[in-house]
Amino acid sequence: MHVARNLIRSNETVQACVNLAPVQEMVRACIQCGTCTGSCPNEFAMDYTPRRLWRMVLMNQSEEIFQSNTFALCSACYCCTLRCPRGLPLTEAMEALKQIAARANFSQYKNSVQFYKTFIQSVRRHGRVNEMEFMTLYFAALKNPLTPLRFASLGMKLMSKGKVSMLPPIRRERPLESIFRNVEALEERL
Amino acid sequence: MKYHYYPGCSLEGTALEYNLSTWAVMTSLGAELLEIEDWTCCGASAADSTSYLLSLALPARNIAIAEKTDDVKDILVPCSACYLNLKKVEEKTKGAPEILEKLNTILQEDHLQISGRIRVRHLLDVIVNDLGPQAIRQNLKRAFSGFRIAPYYGCQCLRPYAVFDDPEDPRSMEPLIEVTGAEVHPWKMGAKCCGASLMNTKMDMGLELVAAILQGAKGADAIITVCPMCQMNLEAYQQKISKRHKENLQMTILYLPQFIGLAFALPEQELRIDLNLSITDGFRKKLEMQKQDI
Repeated sequence: MHVARNLIRSNETVQACVNLAPVQEMVRACIQCGTCTGSCPNEFAMDYTPRRLWRMVLMNQSEEIFQSNTFALCSACYCCTLRCPRGLPLTEAMEALKQIAARANFSQYKNSVQFYKTFIQSVRRHGRVNEMEFMTLYFAALKNPLTPLRFASLGMKLMSKGKVSMLPPIRRERPLESIFRNVEALEERL
Repeated sequence: MKYHYYPGCSLEGTALEYNLSTWAVMTSLGAELLEIEDWTCCGASAADSTSYLLSLALPARNIAIAEKTDDVKDILVPCSACYLNLKKVEEKTKGAPEILEKLNTILQEDHLQISGRIRVRHLLDVIVNDLGPQAIRQNLKRAFSGFRIAPYYGCQCLRPYAVFDDPEDPRSMEPLIEVTGAEVHPWKMGAKCCGASLMNTKMDMGLELVAAILQGAKGADAIITVCPMCQMNLEAYQQKISKRHKENLQMTILYLPQFIGLAFALPEQELRIDLNLSITDGFRKKLEMQKQDI
């Protein structure tokens, strides 16, 4: 599994684990005006502009979409959603692409996917997120010893101010377990 | 004035001072906060990025607990990310019985139910519209004359749901700043994105977005925020950004209720300015000089 994840997937395998239909539904009425691109604060770092991405979604170009960094760089500022003359839920469409990448475990989104997954793990366990535990899990999942160094001085500062603690808060055991389980059950039925 | 209160996870940890100062200022202004019993995480941006249904179910649980108290209709939320997640449930269930039904199926096992009668309110909305600059004026103990303050709104309290301010050109904080005697720093960065969790996943990009905001604030004495994510991004990486840009971009960053609390001369242990990561010496000195003004 781990090896397979690191191989570049051929178009067929990407197509096989990706269902773009719900995202296509969201952007069906796109008129390619480019207001989204003009509104995006992160467009400068994206390999495809948001406008182009929507076209690629409609053209079913899964392979290119899931090799690009475009949707992973969306910071959910909702400027495009606010301004889209067609009223399309573009930020939600970006999120839908993130959800597909998370489910398929595409290796090029390791940072973002692990960030969100470890966050959710911590929430599932304690009901609330423990920032220290979450960042520790995140760094462990990345398996890159250099990443934590970039946050080391901040971590020390926060600890010295007593803002983060090493111990997760003690609370009722897994208060969200039933909700997580019921969401999974409903999603499987869809 | 009674509100349900949803602090959210950050306000128990890295944004503790936002929590304490919110309580202090709201209580000074005569509001009563009822913390939602046994509240849990709203899902932050992580649920959005992993499962759509989960991103609605997590905030819905907290709304359902609040609904058990009959006479209080509004939930007050200081964190913009939590606010948007809870607001999304309010908006998405409006006239959508099928979504409501799905959520109730998920909540049923915990004997919880949502009906859609709760209104989700951001702290800024409540301070501006329910309390207003007039109420602040009555509690003023210190003039901020000679200070220039840059209001920073960020994204998620403004967009996509434009509830209490112009989502592109917000102005709601200005009367709150002016009433303290301070001047509003004229800038265009108040509603620009701080990069949110990109700082954690793509740091180089996050640093650039924050650099532009800090550069825009030059000439101000402080930036005022209404979101723990914005606050952290703006205050925590200033040295790194200053080094990268070869200019001094150190700037005082305060939460809105800390700023108002200072104007009320509330005790230090209620505002916890000592917990902020970036209070410049210049700001501290200026504050010291103003202390006995009124």
